[in-house]
Amino acid sequence: MTTLTKPVGSASERSRKTNGHQGRQSKRSLTSRMGDLKIALFFIFPAVIGFVAFFLIPTIRGVYLSFTEYSILGEPTWIGIKNYTAIFADELFWNAMGVTLQYVALNIGFQTVIALGLALLMHRVAKSTFIRGALLLPFLVANVIVALLWFWMLDYQLGIVNEIISWMGLPRVAFFGSEQWAIPTIAFVNVWRHMGYTALLIFAGLQSIPNHLYEVANLDGASPTRTFWSVTMPLLRPVLVLVLVVTVIGSFQVFDTVAVTTNGGPVNASRVIQMYIYQKAFGESDFGYASALAVILFVILALVAFLQMKFLKGNESDLD
Amino acid sequence: MTTSTITTKKPLNWRRIGAWALVAVALAVTIAPFLWMLRTALSSNSALASNAGNLLPADFSWNAFKRVLGLQSTEEAIADGGSGAAINFWLYLRNSILFATITTTGQVFFSAMAAYAFARLRWPGRNKVFAVFLTTMMVPPIFTALPNFLMIKNLGLLNTMAGMSLPFLFMTPFAIFFLRQFFLSMSREVEEAAMLDGAKHLRIFFQIVLPNAAAPIATLALLTFIGQWNEYFWPLLVGQDENVRVLTVGLSVFKSQSPQGAIDWTGLMAGTLVAALPIFLLFIAFGKKVVNSIGFSGIK
Repeated sequence: MTTLTKPVGSASERSRKTNGHQGRQSKRSLTSRMGDLKIALFFIFPAVIGFVAFFLIPTIRGVYLSFTEYSILGEPTWIGIKNYTAIFADELFWNAMGVTLQYVALNIGFQTVIALGLALLMHRVAKSTFIRGALLLPFLVANVIVALLWFWMLDYQLGIVNEIISWMGLPRVAFFGSEQWAIPTIAFVNVWRHMGYTALLIFAGLQSIPNHLYEVANLDGASPTRTFWSVTMPLLRPVLVLVLVVTVIGSFQVFDTVAVTTNGGPVNASRVIQMYIYQKAFGESDFGYASALAVILFVILALVAFLQMKFLKGNESDLD
Repeated sequence: MTTSTITTKKPLNWRRIGAWALVAVALAVTIAPFLWMLRTALSSNSALASNAGNLLPADFSWNAFKRVLGLQSTEEAIADGGSGAAINFWLYLRNSILFATITTTGQVFFSAMAAYAFARLRWPGRNKVFAVFLTTMMVPPIFTALPNFLMIKNLGLLNTMAGMSLPFLFMTPFAIFFLRQFFLSMSREVEEAAMLDGAKHLRIFFQIVLPNAAAPIATLALLTFIGQWNEYFWPLLVGQDENVRVLTVGLSVFKSQSPQGAIDWTGLMAGTLVAALPIFLLFIAFGKKVVNSIGFSGIK
């Protein structure tokens, strides 16, 4: 630190150096570029290792495996697109897609509306960080823990929720145990976990809307509803689109909650796509087929992100 | 519309009351389940059925915590509705701490190094490499998990802490992106002065950039730690063995160990409470930091 604490060059010395630098710019910049390259390689080395070993190679290998038959023992054998043709004829795959879509629709639909409401409340009414923090808490707790907690609260016999339901004179509900309720229940559990977090993302967007626009709307005598639809929503749209892209992509990959509670059942009712991939790979040791499923999921996610950005015009706001 | 201008005062107040009522409902819905977790953990299994609707612990007892933390004998545990199988919570706790600490430290440090190279150094191809790194943010974890599992298996690292940590150890695109944004926003003056004084990049990185970026690095480390503490999928694939089993996997095993139809609910809730406790503590200590860090300023 000694060299740093002593006065670093007088003003004249500094300007002399910069002048000299500019005078021999072409030569100096070339050497300094190469010098930077060397040290840059050093700084970036660990990240490149991680990138190549755990992102790049696995991605290529994953695509390759999807064209093979491979049961962990022995070597993968190339079978062309057979995995893909098999998948398109696979009823369990279409079931998994249907279940996943149902989950995504319920999860994203409720979550986005509730989070938008909470964000507006955070913005207008409950401004304390404490309240925002409390609402964020479920998101910080592990999926597994949240799933187990609700598995208990929604238990058919002893769960408090069914206790309340029967106290109100209604029939008990087999939340995780019935085919018709399994997916809505899992979707609800994850709405509960994510609503505060999503609300905070939207809240950050609300804060970036300039205040004077609200003042103008107020002076013009616009009702709160009108202000919401004519000022808030158009300006919030880019943020909402980003929130949707992130949450929809996350939602498609639901796994932990399912694995801990229903394990895909009852029957096939909650076997979401990632659960199906997991079971194919680690239950049936069919890595080729599982890889092909993963490729399809990857393509779907890329498409979803692309379509959302394109059709909801995520990168431009309406008032520009 | 004309009448509404006269009567705006009163409906507005009602609106505020309604809004606060909604806030109260949201808070209750968020917090109550955690209180129920505590209430159940302090109950006795045998009394749960007869007190299902009672808000207080059913037949108050610490036995669930004792059982989970291995302070009960097998006979006592079975008598209290436990499965009787050995639960090594202290071991899982140690593994979770190790796993989360190792991966957080490595990931944040190496990502900071890379972010420095992207934000401060000039080298050919810099922006292209950065763009390639960013695209990997799009790859779903399940996609790389299968080949990564095969690689870890081929390396003979299944059921080792190394195998669990390696994929998380070096970087995530998000961490690099987050820190690069911050480095770019930092003033270069001190660094340039030090540079003129002959300081090397390594020294500038350690003595100027890292200390100046301590706040965002701490935030990133906190978020990473919480994420790693909660990680389930990868440890489920490569860390089934008791010696490296983390709390999330341990809890799911604990649940499935219970004989069919008679889950040890109080033990399970005591276990989840213990597993979530570090998160609660971190949250009490640094909650404000976490709350304020969430927004698209960091992501977009």
